[in-house]
Amino acid sequence: MKTILLKYNAGNIQSVSYALARLGVAFEITDDIENIQSADKVIFPGVGEASTTMAYLKEKKLDSVIRELKQPVLGICLGMQLMCRYSEENNTPCLGIFDETVKRFEAAKDYKVPHMGWNQLISTDGWFKSVPERSYVYFVHSYYVPVNKFTTALCEYTIPFSAAMKKGNFYAVQFHPEKSAQAGENILKSFLSL
Amino acid sequence: MLTKRIIPCLDIKDGRTVKGVNFVNLRDAGDPVALASAYADQGADELVFLDISATQEQRKTFAHLVKEIARHINIPFTVGGGISSVADVAPLLEAGADKVSVNSSAVRNPTLIDDLAKAFGSQCIVLAIDARKFHNTWIVHTHGGKNLTEKKLFAWAKEGQERGVGEILFTSMNHDGTKNGFAIDPLVKLHELLTIPVIASGGAGSMGHFADVFTLGKADAALAASVFHFGEIRIPDLKTFLKNHAIPVRL
Repeated sequence: MKTILLKYNAGNIQSVSYALARLGVAFEITDDIENIQSADKVIFPGVGEASTTMAYLKEKKLDSVIRELKQPVLGICLGMQLMCRYSEENNTPCLGIFDETVKRFEAAKDYKVPHMGWNQLISTDGWFKSVPERSYVYFVHSYYVPVNKFTTALCEYTIPFSAAMKKGNFYAVQFHPEKSAQAGENILKSFLSL
Repeated sequence: MLTKRIIPCLDIKDGRTVKGVNFVNLRDAGDPVALASAYADQGADELVFLDISATQEQRKTFAHLVKEIARHINIPFTVGGGISSVADVAPLLEAGADKVSVNSSAVRNPTLIDDLAKAFGSQCIVLAIDARKFHNTWIVHTHGGKNLTEKKLFAWAKEGQERGVGEILFTSMNHDGTKNGFAIDPLVKLHELLTIPVIASGGAGSMGHFADVFTLGKADAALAASVFHFGEIRIPDLKTFLKNHAIPVRL
C-alpha cells in the first residue's frame, strides 16, 4: 500500500510523519502530482493560516489535484477546514469538497479562543470504529466547521461543531490524531485500514 | 467538555533535565526523552521543555533533542528558552515542536510577538511571563527571573494577547519553588482580563493546590516540575483526585 503525506507549507507535517513512523507505516512525503494521484491513501495535514495556505496550494496546482482525488483522503485540522467551500479566516475561498463555511469561535465567559486542549468526541459513527464514544482527543483551533450532513463526530465548545466529517472518499478531522495519544493512533489506523 | 491540562515542565541544560528551585539551585532529574515518554504514558496532557543552556554548543544539543522528543511522544509539547527571532523558531517547529514560548526577547522587542504570530500562527506562540509581586504590583522579570523590568504583569499579558500570542504561561516568582500553592489572585485577574488560555506555574506542592488553581484560580492548565520529577505527585493519582473534585480532566 502506498501512503502519501502531502508536502506543502503546513506546520505539522513532521509531527504527522513521526506518528506514522510510530505506527510502523511506510509512507512518502511529496508534492509530486503523479505520485499523489497514484497513491492508495493521501493524508492532507494542516497547521497555519487559511489564505496563505490556499494561495500556496493554488500556486503548486495542488488545489485541483486534491479536489479530484478518488482514493481515501484524510484532512487534518486546517486540512479539514480547507476542504470546505469557504473560510471566514481572512475570507478565503477553499477547495469546496464539503459545501460548508468555516466560522470563527466567539470568545465567551469561560470559553477561551483558541479552543486548545483535550476534548471529547460525541456521537461518533462511521469510519473510526475502534474509538469509543467520549474519547479525548487534542484540539488547537480558532475556527470550526458547523455541524452538517457530513459530520461523523461532534465536539462541543460554546456550541456543537464538527470534530470529524466524511463525504465519499474524503475524510476529515478537526483535532490532531498525531498528538492525541492512543485514541489518535487508533483513528489514524482506522483511516489507514479503510 | 474541554478538560483542564496538567503539564510537567522539564528544564533542559546540555541535553539533560534540571530543575531550579527559586530559579537558583539546579538538581538533575534525568534523561529528557525517557522522562517525556513516561509522562505521556502516565496521562500528562502536554509537556514543556525549557532550554536553559548558556552556550551556543548546548543550544545545538537542544535542537537535536527536540527532534528525539517529537519522534517518541504522542502528545503536544512546547519548547522555549533563548528564542529571539523568527529564524530561531522555524527549526524548532520543523523538528516537531507544537508550540514555542518566548519570554525575555519579547519583553525587549514586543514586535517579535507580532512577527511570530504572523509567521507561524497564534496557536503555536506562548508568552511566558515571570513576575514578582512588590507591594501591590506584579513586576515582570526576565532572564530566568534575574532582571527586573518596567513592565507590569496585567498590561503585558493583555499586550501579548493583542499582539497575537495564543496562550499565556504565568509564573509567580513569589510562589515558585515554595510548594505552598499557586498564586490564585493574579490568575483570577488574568482570567477576567484575557480571552486566551492561561497556564499557571509556580508553587505546586500538593494535589489540593491543583484543585485550587482550577476552581479558584480559573486556570486553563497547570504546570509543575519537581513534584512530578521526584515522584511526590503521580499524574494518574492527581487526575483521579481532580475528577473526584468535579474538575474535568482526561483520564
